[in-house]
Amino acid sequence: MLEVLQYEFMRNALIAGLLAAIACGIVGVYVVVKRVVFISGGIAHASFGGIGLGYFLGINPILGAMFFTIASALGMGLVTKRMRLPEDTAIGILWAMGMALGIIFISLTPGYAPDLFSYLFGNILTVPAFDLMLMLILDVIIITLVLLFYKEFLLLSFDEEFSTIAGVPTERLYLLLLCMIALTVVVLIRVVGIILVIALLTIPAALARQFTHSLKKMMLLSILAGAVFTFSGLWLSYLLDLASGATIILVGGIVLSISFGVSKLRHKSKGYNHQSHNTA
Amino acid sequence: MAKEVVRLDDIWVHYDSIPVLEGINLSVEPNNFLGIIGPNGGGKTTLLKVILGLIKPARGKVSVMGQSPERGRKFIGYISQYNLFDHDFPISVLDVVLMGRYSKAGLGRRYSEEDKRIANEVLKTVGMLDYKDRQVGKLSGGEQQRVFIARALVTDPKLLLLDEPTASIDPNMQAEFYELIDNLKQRMAIIMVSHDISAVSIYVDQIACLNRQLFYHGSKEVSAEALEKTYRCPIQLIAHGVVPHRVLREH
Repeated sequence: MLEVLQYEFMRNALIAGLLAAIACGIVGVYVVVKRVVFISGGIAHASFGGIGLGYFLGINPILGAMFFTIASALGMGLVTKRMRLPEDTAIGILWAMGMALGIIFISLTPGYAPDLFSYLFGNILTVPAFDLMLMLILDVIIITLVLLFYKEFLLLSFDEEFSTIAGVPTERLYLLLLCMIALTVVVLIRVVGIILVIALLTIPAALARQFTHSLKKMMLLSILAGAVFTFSGLWLSYLLDLASGATIILVGGIVLSISFGVSKLRHKSKGYNHQSHNTA
Repeated sequence: MAKEVVRLDDIWVHYDSIPVLEGINLSVEPNNFLGIIGPNGGGKTTLLKVILGLIKPARGKVSVMGQSPERGRKFIGYISQYNLFDHDFPISVLDVVLMGRYSKAGLGRRYSEEDKRIANEVLKTVGMLDYKDRQVGKLSGGEQQRVFIARALVTDPKLLLLDEPTASIDPNMQAEFYELIDNLKQRMAIIMVSHDISAVSIYVDQIACLNRQLFYHGSKEVSAEALEKTYRCPIQLIAHGVVPHRVLREH
């Protein structure tokens, strides 16, 4: 197994997996506890518009995605907060509009879009050095923001009304949180692809939540879970010659299901013991 | 004369074109305990949100400690109607109470040792210090409510707003709850809204009835006619059981 590490693409893949685990571990916890999974899915899919824009302008698609995704996160945040449309309706519309823009941009671009498929479904084995650097910078930005505004994000996630009364600039911080989700999406695109991003934002956090009721510990556990999933998914995809992004997600999904199953069984047996104790 | 804690002058609120509050005038002084009763949909929660500045009235003037509600709400402790929070949320009792210190700590700063000391002290006051590391969602309704009272108290408020405080706790916890509130009366003004007439009658100094309009009585004695006017139905319908003789003019 270790001999594969002498290949640069494998080392890059492991670094990409770790950087992805950090971003999705931290931001995914907010996505899960604040229940903004749907808007995160919208932001992730709308990022396809940015990929298309990148191709159209002839710049690195991931840079196109970064600016476009932040803009669409802000747009979705403002529309859902201020317009008189039900939130899920607004998200559904913007979700599809972002993707539609991407398709138009790509069809307007002369020639063939070479690695379009890897943006949609991810390919951790082909992450270029520039994109790794960008992922590192985005991770640093995310960590800094969370260190700075940890208590504000906690207030906002737990009780938006109270946070407004307490004087937290609630709307601006909510938009900032959506921008962090947008940055995380950009970090994850290379690893699992636009279509599968939402799974990596939710599975590690959902798993971590089963083991702790501290938000900080949940973040650390979910980074760890994300790293284990990406590494083992990568290894399995190498062994079995499968698509890496999809394998990573399936490993995560299976581990989460097993964990839920075990905790349910344990709960049941506890309840049973309790009952038998009562009747005795 | 002591300065008013809250003053509402001719407040009107509409949702779309449906009137919710019509011409509300209200004045609460320090250490007043005002109970506001009225049917569901009568605008009780809306009234509290107007005081907090969360809802802007179409007409009229709100002042909290002589300031606008946005600036004055740092003097308010607010306990909302239901424990609507996500009960699986990963947060401890102490962290919930510390949220109340946000206005003292400010944006981007950590809670100080002083904040933590005060949070612990208030948790002791409400009898929840032993639970400070427990997850809030896993506590009973009555325990959760004490945690939210603690969160409201750590700011050392001049006014406490309670929205249907007895709705989420079982009846035998209610006496305990009112004792706690009774102790707070010396330190702050309290406004409590409830649709449950029996809930407000014993400890409050003044009662007002709210159903779009406010019928302010200024004393504990509320006539049957006033209640009928508020609820717009014969009061037996809403006040069955052992309730009415406390509220009616008996003493």
